[in-house]
Amino acid sequence: MTIERGDIELAGVCKSFDGVTNVVDGVNLRIADGAYCCFIGPSGCGKTTILRMIAGHEDPTAGEIVIGGQNVVGLAPVQRRTAMMFQSYALFPHLTVRENIAFALRVRGMSKTDRLRAADAMIEKVRLTQFADRLPAQLSGGQQQRVALARAAITEPRVLLLDEPLSALDEQLRVQMRQELRRMQQELGITFIHVTHTQLEAIALADLVVVMELGKIKQAGPAREVYAHPHDRYVAEFMGGQNVLTGRVEKVNGASFVLAQGVTDGIEVPLPPRPTVSIGDQIDIAVRRDDVILVRPGQALPAGCKSPLPGRVLAIEYQGYFVKVMLDATPDDDFVAYVPEKIFFADPFIVGDAVLATWATDRARPLA
Amino acid sequence: MSVISAGMPETVAPATRKAIAPSKGGRPWTFYALATVFTLYVLALYGPMICIYILSFQDIRGGLVFPMKGHSLHWFVDLFTQVRTGDVKGAFDRSIKLAILVTIITVVISFLAGLGFRRRFRGDAIVFYMMIGSLVAPGLVLGLGTGLLFQTLGLNASWHTSALGAQLSWTLPFGVLVMFAVMSRYNRAWDEAAYDLGASRWQTIWLVIVPVLAPGIVAVALFGFTLSYDEFARSLQTAGSLNTLPLEIWSMTLNVTSPSLYALGTVTTIISFIVIGASLGTIVVLQKKRGGGTKG
Repeated sequence: MTIERGDIELAGVCKSFDGVTNVVDGVNLRIADGAYCCFIGPSGCGKTTILRMIAGHEDPTAGEIVIGGQNVVGLAPVQRRTAMMFQSYALFPHLTVRENIAFALRVRGMSKTDRLRAADAMIEKVRLTQFADRLPAQLSGGQQQRVALARAAITEPRVLLLDEPLSALDEQLRVQMRQELRRMQQELGITFIHVTHTQLEAIALADLVVVMELGKIKQAGPAREVYAHPHDRYVAEFMGGQNVLTGRVEKVNGASFVLAQGVTDGIEVPLPPRPTVSIGDQIDIAVRRDDVILVRPGQALPAGCKSPLPGRVLAIEYQGYFVKVMLDATPDDDFVAYVPEKIFFADPFIVGDAVLATWATDRARPLA
Repeated sequence: MSVISAGMPETVAPATRKAIAPSKGGRPWTFYALATVFTLYVLALYGPMICIYILSFQDIRGGLVFPMKGHSLHWFVDLFTQVRTGDVKGAFDRSIKLAILVTIITVVISFLAGLGFRRRFRGDAIVFYMMIGSLVAPGLVLGLGTGLLFQTLGLNASWHTSALGAQLSWTLPFGVLVMFAVMSRYNRAWDEAAYDLGASRWQTIWLVIVPVLAPGIVAVALFGFTLSYDEFARSLQTAGSLNTLPLEIWSMTLNVTSPSLYALGTVTTIISFIVIGASLGTIVVLQKKRGGGTKG
C-alpha cells in the first residue's frame, strides 16, 4: 500500500469544471523518480490544475494518475506521499515558524517534544534557526518560502509539488531561491514538480520541461531539447530565442528543401530525419536568434550562409553580453538577431540601417 | 524674489501657491473648521450621557435636573434597596443571562454560516437575504408578531423563550454580517495546506480556522452581547411577566422620579464598559500571544 517511489504517470488525464470544456484535455506523461519537472505555459493552460490533481486537491474527470506504481485517484495527499507548496505559501498566520513546520506531525498525534525536535532539525536544514519563533508575517518572502518548503518536506513526501513558488519574489531573490530549490531537490532526492510561466526558470531548473497550451501538452523533453529544438511554432514562440518564418515549399532535393518567402529567392532548409515535406506545403521554420548573422548590403556572406533576408533595423536593445537587433525582414513575424556585444560594436548599426540577415544553412529547422 | 527671478526664467509654478496649505507648517483654516465640527459632534454624542452620570451622584436632596445638590452614593444604595423602584436586581440578572445565551447562539450560528458561505451554492443569495431581511423589519412590529405567535400556539411568553427568539432575529443577521467580513480575509489556501499536511476536517477547524478567526469571533460575541443587553423594541412584547433591564428602566422612567433612575444608567454603563474592556482585552491577549514569540 505504501508508496515508496516518486515516479509519476499520467494516463489520459482530463479535467472539466463545468462539464463542457476540458481545462486539462487528455494528458499523458511519464515523470521519472527523482526528476525535476517544470510545467510551463500561459495562464489558463491547465498546468496548475494538473499539479493540483497530482497533489490530490482536485479529482480528474477521466484518466489515471499513478505514483510509484499505484493509482492514487481518490487518495488523500498524505496517502499519496505528495506535499504541496502553495503559490502564496499559505503559511498559518497564527503559528510560529516552528509550529508551522511541526503542523503535519501535530495532526498525526506526535507528542509535543518529539514534533518540536523534528521541526528544529528541519529548521536547521533550511537555515532558519534564528527565526524559529517568529510569525510568518515577520519574515521576508525568501524566508517564508523556506518555511513553506520545510513544512512540506517534513512529511517525507516522495513528490513535492510547487505552484509558482518564485512568483512572489523579486528578481534577484528569485535567482537565489531557484538555486536553493534545486539544492533541496538534490538533497531530498525526491521528485519535484514545479509550475511556472517563466521560461528562464523552467530551463534553468528542470530535467523535464513540459510546455502546455489549452489543456494539452505541446512538447515534453529535456530543457535543451525544448529550447533548441522546439516542436512547433507555439513552443518556439513561447520558449523564445527563435525566429519563426513561414512559407511554401518550392523544391525538395535530397537533403534539403527550399522555402519560398516572398521577400527573397528562397530559403534552403535541411530536411528532418523522417521527411514529411512535399512541394506546395505551407510550413514554418525556425532559426535561433543567436545564429543570425547581420551583414551590410554588398558585404560578402560568411561561409556556409545562403539566401540572406534583406531588412531594416527597427530597434536596438543593449542586453549586456549581446545586443538585440529587431528587423523588418519578415512581413508578418518578428525577426530578431542576438548579436554578441563585441561583434556588434566593431561596426555598430543604427536604427534605419539596411542589413542582410543570414545564417549557416544547417542552422534552420523545419517545425511541425 | 525679484533678484532671483531676474536671473531665472519664470519656471516656478505659481499655481502651487494657491493650494490650501500655507507655508511653514501652519495648519490650513479647514483644519480648524473640521476640528470645530468634530468637537460639537463629540459633545452632542457624550454630553447627554455625562449629564446623567453626574446627576446620579447627588445626595438625598437630589432632583432630576441641574443644579447638582450635594454628592454621595445615596441613589445607588436606593436603587438596590427600595421596593418602589421595582425589581432592578432581578431584571439585571435576567438581562445578563439572556445576553450570554444570545451571545453563545449568535457566535455558533454565525461561525457555521461563515463556513458555509465560503463556497457559492445554489440559492445562496436567497438564503443570505432571508437572513438579513429581519434587520429591516421594525423591531416593535417583529416583537409584537412574536408575542402573537406564542399566544396563538398557546405558549407562555418569557424572556428565555420568546424574547430570546425575538432578540436572535436582531443579533444573528449582525453576527453573520460581521462574520462574513472576517471570513473574507480568510485564505482558503490555509484549508488546503492543512488538508495537504494530513489534517482532518475537525483538526482544520480547531487548529487553523478557529484560531485564525479568533479576534473576529470575539467581535461577533461582543456584538451579540451588547445588542441583546441593550435590546428594547423586540423584547417589549415578548419578555412576558418578568422584565429585562431595558424594560425595567423604561418602566422606571414612567413611575420613578428620583435620581435612582440616573444611578441605574451609570451602573449599566459601567457594566457595558467592563464587557467591552474584557472583549478588547481578549483580542489584545490573542494578538500578544501570536506576536509573543518574537523575543524568544
